[in-house]
Order: sequence, then structure tokens, then C-alpha cells
Amino acid sequence: MEQTQRRPAGVVSAPSRLLDGLQRWLPKLVIAPTFVLIGIGIYGYMLWTGILSFTSSSFLPTYDFVGFDQYAKLMANDRWLTASKNLAIFGGLFIFACLFIGVVLAIFLDQRIRQEGAIRTIYLYPMALSMIVTGTVWKWILNPSLGIEKLMHDWGWTSFSFDWLVNSDLAIYTIVMAAVWQASGFVMALFLAGLRGVDSSIIRAARVDGASLPLIYWKIILPSLRPVFFSAVMVLAHIAIKSFDLVMAMTAGGPGYSTDLPAVFMYAHTFTRGQMGLGSASAMLMLGAILALIVPYLYSELRGKRHD
Amino acid sequence: MTAFKRTLSALAVSACLVPAAATQAGEVEVLHWWTAGGEARAAAALKEMMEEQGHTWKDFAVAGGGGEAAMTVLKTRAVSGNPPAAAQIKGLDIREWAKLGFLTSLDDVAASEGWGQLVPPMISDVMQYEGEYVAVPVNVHRVNWLWVNPDVMEKVGVDVPNTLDEFFTVADKLKAAGYIPLAHGGQPWQDATVFEAVALAVMDSDTYRKAFVEHDMDVINSAVMEEVFTKFAKVMSYVDDNAAGRDWNTATGMVIRGEAAMQIMGDWAKGEFTAAGLTPGEDYLCAAAPGTAGEFTFNVDSFAMFDLSEEEDVAAQKDLARTILEPKFQTVFNQNKGSIPVRTDMDMSEFDACAQASMETFKSSADTGELVPSLAHGLATTSYVQGQVFDVVTNFVNSNDKDPVKATDQLATAIQAAK
Amino acid sequence: MTDMTRPGLRPSRIAIYGLLILACLVYLVPLFIMLVTSFKTPMDIRTGNLVALPTEWTTIGWTKAWSEACTGVQCEGISGYFWNSFKMTVPAVMISTLLGAFNGYVLAKWKFRGSDLLFGLLLFGCFVPFQVVLLPMAATLGQLGLANTTPGLVLVHVIYGVAFTTLFFRNYYVAIPDALIKAARLDGAGFFTIFFRILLPMSTPIFMVSLIWQFTQIWNDFLFGVVFASGDSQPITVALNNLVNTSTGVKEYNVDMAAAMIAALPTLVVYIVAGKYFIRGLTAGSVKG
Repeated sequence: MEQTQRRPAGVVSAPSRLLDGLQRWLPKLVIAPTFVLIGIGIYGYMLWTGILSFTSSSFLPTYDFVGFDQYAKLMANDRWLTASKNLAIFGGLFIFACLFIGVVLAIFLDQRIRQEGAIRTIYLYPMALSMIVTGTVWKWILNPSLGIEKLMHDWGWTSFSFDWLVNSDLAIYTIVMAAVWQASGFVMALFLAGLRGVDSSIIRAARVDGASLPLIYWKIILPSLRPVFFSAVMVLAHIAIKSFDLVMAMTAGGPGYSTDLPAVFMYAHTFTRGQMGLGSASAMLMLGAILALIVPYLYSELRGKRHD
Repeated sequence: MTAFKRTLSALAVSACLVPAAATQAGEVEVLHWWTAGGEARAAAALKEMMEEQGHTWKDFAVAGGGGEAAMTVLKTRAVSGNPPAAAQIKGLDIREWAKLGFLTSLDDVAASEGWGQLVPPMISDVMQYEGEYVAVPVNVHRVNWLWVNPDVMEKVGVDVPNTLDEFFTVADKLKAAGYIPLAHGGQPWQDATVFEAVALAVMDSDTYRKAFVEHDMDVINSAVMEEVFTKFAKVMSYVDDNAAGRDWNTATGMVIRGEAAMQIMGDWAKGEFTAAGLTPGEDYLCAAAPGTAGEFTFNVDSFAMFDLSEEEDVAAQKDLARTILEPKFQTVFNQNKGSIPVRTDMDMSEFDACAQASMETFKSSADTGELVPSLAHGLATTSYVQGQVFDVVTNFVNSNDKDPVKATDQLATAIQAAK
Repeated sequence: MTDMTRPGLRPSRIAIYGLLILACLVYLVPLFIMLVTSFKTPMDIRTGNLVALPTEWTTIGWTKAWSEACTGVQCEGISGYFWNSFKMTVPAVMISTLLGAFNGYVLAKWKFRGSDLLFGLLLFGCFVPFQVVLLPMAATLGQLGLANTTPGLVLVHVIYGVAFTTLFFRNYYVAIPDALIKAARLDGAGFFTIFFRILLPMSTPIFMVSLIWQFTQIWNDFLFGVVFASGDSQPITVALNNLVNTSTGVKEYNVDMAAAMIAALPTLVVYIVAGKYFIRGLTAGSVKG
């Protein structure tokens, strides 16, 4: 359509018009392969999973439609309810704790600290480890008969007790601990980078006006780091959803199924239990929840930016 | 044109066949999850024997006790049209795979080797789909074993318990003496292993079969089942507090080191005792799980054979199937794995006392009808029902109130939903 | 600003340093435990405590993990898998970063109708749990003849990595003034000329971010590795899992820990050596978004 509009101009010579047209299509051509890949690899497969969730697929996909049966089964499944509740606890606590720790450490580290580089590296390195490694190490540290509890007993504090890992009410919090340990340093790095970008003259001006340092951070600096919060939440949400590996390595969903997460539930039913329809339904609900939480956030952030 | 095409394809086929005929050596890719000590050695024995026959063994080990990860890998491989030659698939899942048309018939090997006479019908049934062999049984595990450290028992002055009530008395004394009475790992399949042993002790084998094989709701939702849960909770109360997530062989290690007195576990646990250099009957004892003497919960490992296209690989695959049931392999493998041969005609003199006892019970229980399939290991029911039972059992163990009435109710609902 | 000229004298400074050092300890303890344990003997591990130094330093755990430990039937250590991981990671990181750079360039500087929507779709793609895509992906790879090959695995990593690399580059390029691009276009520079002559030379920081991020993600991946790699080209994370689960009687924690360290070493080195470029890149890029 745009091309037909251009033609009447007619002043441009044929080859350069071709070139011009190419130039205009080039960006779309360059980005096209990615969208083919994403279109199939994410949205195509999502659609396929959606279709399967309405079938009675058991061992491998079949296309025998049963309406909302699988969803009804899911809602009556106690394990699924536990898994959903866990995701809310885990996701909420994990994101909040990482943001809090990340901001505090970043602000403290921004106070002209000696050896800042070394300290920064120390905070950041857990992010380099795979969740399997993190899970294995923390499982060991938190295991009452091998880790901290034994250490304290060895040191003479025999009444010390820390058995969260094997307590079905508290085990989910040990997963939060390990995940926060892994990711909070990275969030610190993001915020530190953001703080470095804040114009120091603003702070100086505010100080002249007599504002205290905490107040300046709270009222001026942190609000100006809104884009950093956005990046951090994006990365943290991504990690929270991918923490399947961490749960598998640390508790494998146990004790019982008290640390089950929707991803673990979906995996178990689709692959080991031969309940692909139920697994697909759980995947769709999980995607729906993500959609409901992330999309408004994405929208408001991307929208907000355009007004700046 | 079509004639030309036909000649061309005939040419192509013969061109492919020539090298195939020249070298009969093929490659077998074998998917398994035998990565722990005795199991890994057992698998290595099979690898060696295949290599002796000139074939290449492509090891495809995916660790993780119950084989969950391995099953995921197998499904994706099958869906992508690239399955391994053989995969460790068990029980009713074999039929599921065969139903989908992934498996190849082994009837020619079975006929020439006379599998029909070698393998008891109860087991060969599981290996067949619509009358054709699609899998090879490797061994027979007895699941309802009690492993005992005799030194601990002697120090406390108690005998190996024969019934559940004796078990409770003995366990109380052990606990009072500062030992962990029962070594256990809090993983769903281990919880279920103990659960089925208790169930078999409380019920008779007919009732067990009605409940867990036929899913008779009158039996599942009954006072007997409540009794099972009550006794099960009592047995589990003798486990230490830190059992959650523990591997089975770590639990066996506790018995070996004398931290714990007993463990209810299948005979693969023997591999751990053997690896520690212990002798059965002296350094450790094997007895039927309390209340299940004469009964035999069987767990059969098997390899299902997938449909392959390359001629030489098919030859290797058939050789693998044949080798697995040969007496030489059956001996070497089962001695390492702790199980007994699946062939009932084997000379058991080279086996240890526990294996000999196991073989005797295997044969006698087959006659009396007290041979029952294991629920915890996928021989009794589909993986879905099994999974639902696991959920109820493991949730019961880890709940605070441990209410047997509620658990029975949940079990009934779960099995009803999954049936 | 005078209060900052003599730091270290005020109580608040002491509190700040105290907290920072305490945090350092928390972050370091697990690494310390891993390292110390990997140099202990199995006996030492059972009798000694978690954080004690080895009574007798030994590298047996390391040599065993590298070349002798059993990962299934084979007992050749994890050295072979180490190189498998490189063979898969390097191309996957390169391709996804390059694609991300071009995509980011287009989405930031060559907007067209619907390009924001495309970007939104791409972002949402970051949140799809990977377990969901395993089966359909396997079927697709089978159709393409790439099932259980290293190129197939590379393709999978590219697909699920490109969303993040695009996000990085887009946010970086958005911050570059449009006037710069407009001026170049008036001078007759085309799409690629502008990218290679103007943007690329100033992209080093964000390339570092993307390379480090992707390297870490792909190197550490377990799920795709175990499902989409064939037996002898499995990455190191799969071998690590097999090794940790391959135990007889006494668990050899020293070997497990050494193997975990070996598996983590490349990414650790990248973070320690290139960490400052990472921060620098984040400062320059995604943060100003």
C-alpha cells in the first residue's frame, strides 16, 4: 500500500527506487526469522498445548475432545492447589526479598566503599551458578543431619534447631532462601548501575535544601529508578518461573508434595504419569496466571515510557 | 516412469543392504537409569557382553532413581522419531508404548530361544502385547524385604520381627536404646514401598490384588484400608525426623553403619551391602517384611525394544534381547543387582542366601497365589493411578494429623478419578 | 560533600561496612563449603564439620571428578562433557546475540506498524515455562532431521534465548539519540551501513551483557540438554546430575563438590573476569531503557 503511494512521485530512478523499497523492507526482513522462530516455538506450541488441554490425552497426544473435564479435575486436585499456593508464596517472597536486598546493598555500596569491585563480584557470583548446583549445595547446608544444625551442635549449641527443609510447612521457604541467595546480587548490580546513572547534582541540590539522605533516596532517587525496577522484575519473574531446576535439586517437591510448584506438577503429569491432558490444562492455567500478572505490568511500563 | 522409479529404489535398497550384510555389527543405544553402584555394574556387564559380540553399546544413562527424567527423555525421543534401540520400561507402561505402535516384535527371538518355557506366565504376560513379545524381562526383584543390622539387634537384645506387632515392640526397644529403628528416605516411591509392605501385612494377598490391581472400591474404601493407614503411620513413626528427600541408598548406608537397625526396601538394597563388603546372614540379615512371610511383591525390570530402521542395528537389538535371557548374563547381572533371575530353571548355587530364599518364595508364592505385583514400582497399575496413590500416601506421611479415615477417603477419591 | 571526605570515622560508616561485610560472608559461605569439601577426604567429611578446613588437603576429588568418576556405565569423569558444553554453548551464544542485536536495532530505530506489539509478544515469550515446549519441540526437531543433534540443541537455545538478547539491545539502542540515525540517513547511509558504522562501534558494553547472560544461561541449562542432546554429546550439567546420582554406599561428597565446581568454573570465571563489563553494560544500557 505504501509502495503504490510512492510511485506517482516518479522522480526517482528505477534502481534506486528498488533500493529504497528494499531499504524499507529490510528491517522487517531482518526481524522476520526471529518472529518465525518465536511464532512457532512459543505461540504455536502454546496453542497446541491449549488444544491438548481439552483432550483426554494420556500417554502421548491424542485428539479426543472432552471439553473442560481436565480443568475440572485440576480444580479438585489437592496437589494442584498446593502447587498454586506455593507459586504465590515463592514468587511473591522471592521477588520482594530480592528487590529489597538488592536496593539496600546497592545503596550501601554506592557510598564510596573501598574494594567496591571485589565486594560487587562477591555479591554477583551466585548468578553464575546453575540452579542444580545451588540446589545441591543448599540442600546440603540446610539438611539437619549434615549442615548448619549439625555444625551448631558440634560447636556446643545443642538446642539449636533448623529443620525447615524437612518440615512440610516450612520447606517452601528454604527454596525462597536459596533462590534469593542466587539472584539478589544480580538485582544489586542492576540497581547499582542505575544509581550510577543518577545525576549527582540533584542530590547536592536536595541536600542544600536540607533534606536528609534517606529521604532523598526514598523521595527522589528510587522513584527515578523506575526503569530499573522494571528490568529487575522482568528478570526475577523469569527466574521464578524457571526455578523448576532448583526445586528438583533441593526437594524434588517434597516433603510429600509440600514444595510442589505448577511447573513441577505439569512436568510430573505430562511426562511421568501419562496424564498429558491434565498436564496441558495445568500449563494453560499457569500461562493464564502469568498473562494476567505480567501483561498489565508490561503494558503500563511500556506505555509510561512513551510519555517521557 | 514408475518402472524407472522402482528400479531406482530397488537399486538404492540393494546398495544399502550390501554393507549391512557384510558387517553384522550394529549399534544399540540403551536408555536406562541404572547409575547407582550395583546397578551400574550390572549394566556394565551387559555392555561388555554386547561388545564381545562385536556390537557397539551407546550408553544413554539418565540418572534419577525412579526414572522420571529418563521417561521424559524417552517420550521426547519417540515423538521426534528417534527412539533408542532399547529402553528400560516397566509393567503396564510397556503395553501403552506398544499400543502406540512404537515397539517391535521379538517373537522370532522368543521362539528360537524358547522364552515361553523359561519365563513364568505371570511375567511373560507383562512383556507381551496382543500375544507378541515386545519387551525382555531382565530380572525379578522382591520388594517386601526387611534388611537388618544384626549387631544393633544383638546389642539391644531383640530378634528380627516376624509380624507388625513384633516390629512395634522391637522398634520401641531400639528407639529406647538410642538407635533409629527404621532407616527410610522420604521420597514418594519409598513411602509407597513401605506402604505396600504394610498393606500386604494387614490384608491377605487376594484383598491386596482387589484393591491395587482391580481397584475394587469396596475394598479401597473400607475399614481394612483405614487399618492399613493406621499401621502405616505407626511404622513411619519409627523413622528419624530428617528422612525427607533422602536417597534409598543413603538410608541403606545408615543400616550398614549401625545408625539404624532396619530398612524396608526391595532387594536392590543388597547391592549396597555387597559393595560395602558385607556377607548376608552374617554382617546383615534379610527377612520378609513384617507380616508378609511367604508372600512376594514382585518388581520386574525389563527392556522394551523399539522399532528401528537400520538392518544391522536391528540385528544388534535382537542379539541384545537374546543375551539378556542367557544364563551367563542372568547370573552376572542379578548377582550385581541383588535380584533373582527371571528364568526359573537357573542353578542358584552361585547366588547368596538371600537370593536363594527369594527364588524359593518366588516359586512357592506363584503356586499359592501369593505372588502379587508391586504397586510402588509400576507393576500393579497404570502410572496415573500409581501417581495418585503416591500423592495420597506421601501426603499422609507428611501431614500433621495423619488421619487414617481422611486418607482412606482421599485414596478412594483419587483412584476413582484416575480409573 | 564534606562528610564524605573523611569516611570511616563516623559510626554510620562502620554500620555500612559491617553490613556489607556480613552480606559478603552470606554470599561466600556456600562457595567456601563447596571448595573446602572438594579438597577433603571422604573420612574427613563424615567426621569433621561443614566449614572446617580439611585436616589433610587432597585433590583426589578433583582428579576423580575430571577423569575417573562414573556417570552411568562409563567411568571417564566429566572432562568429555565439558567440551560438549563448549561446542553447544559457543555457537548458541553467538547466534542468539547477533540476532538480538539486529532485532534490537530494528525495534529501537526502525519502528514500523506493529513493531511494539511484536516486542511485547517477544517479552511475554520470556515467561513461558520450558517444560511446556518439550514435546512439540521434539516433534519439530524430528521433522527437521535435527533430533538429538548438537545443531538442534543450538537451535533450541537460540529460540528461547533471543527474547532476552533482543530486550537488552533494544533498551540500549533506544537510548541512542534518533538524530544520529537521521543524520546518517540523510547522508545516504542504509540500514546495514548505519548499524555497522555507527551503532556497532558503540555497542561493546551491551554485547558484553548479552554474551555473559547468554553464556551463563545456556551453559547452566539442564532441561534442554537432557532432552535434546544425544548420549555422547550431552552437556556437562547432565553429566553432573548423573555423577551426583551415581553413588555406591558412601556418597563421595568431595567428588560431587569438585564436579559441581568444574561445571561452574567457566561461568564463574566469566563473572569474575568480565563482571565489571557486565555492570558497565547494564549501566549504559538496559537500565536507562
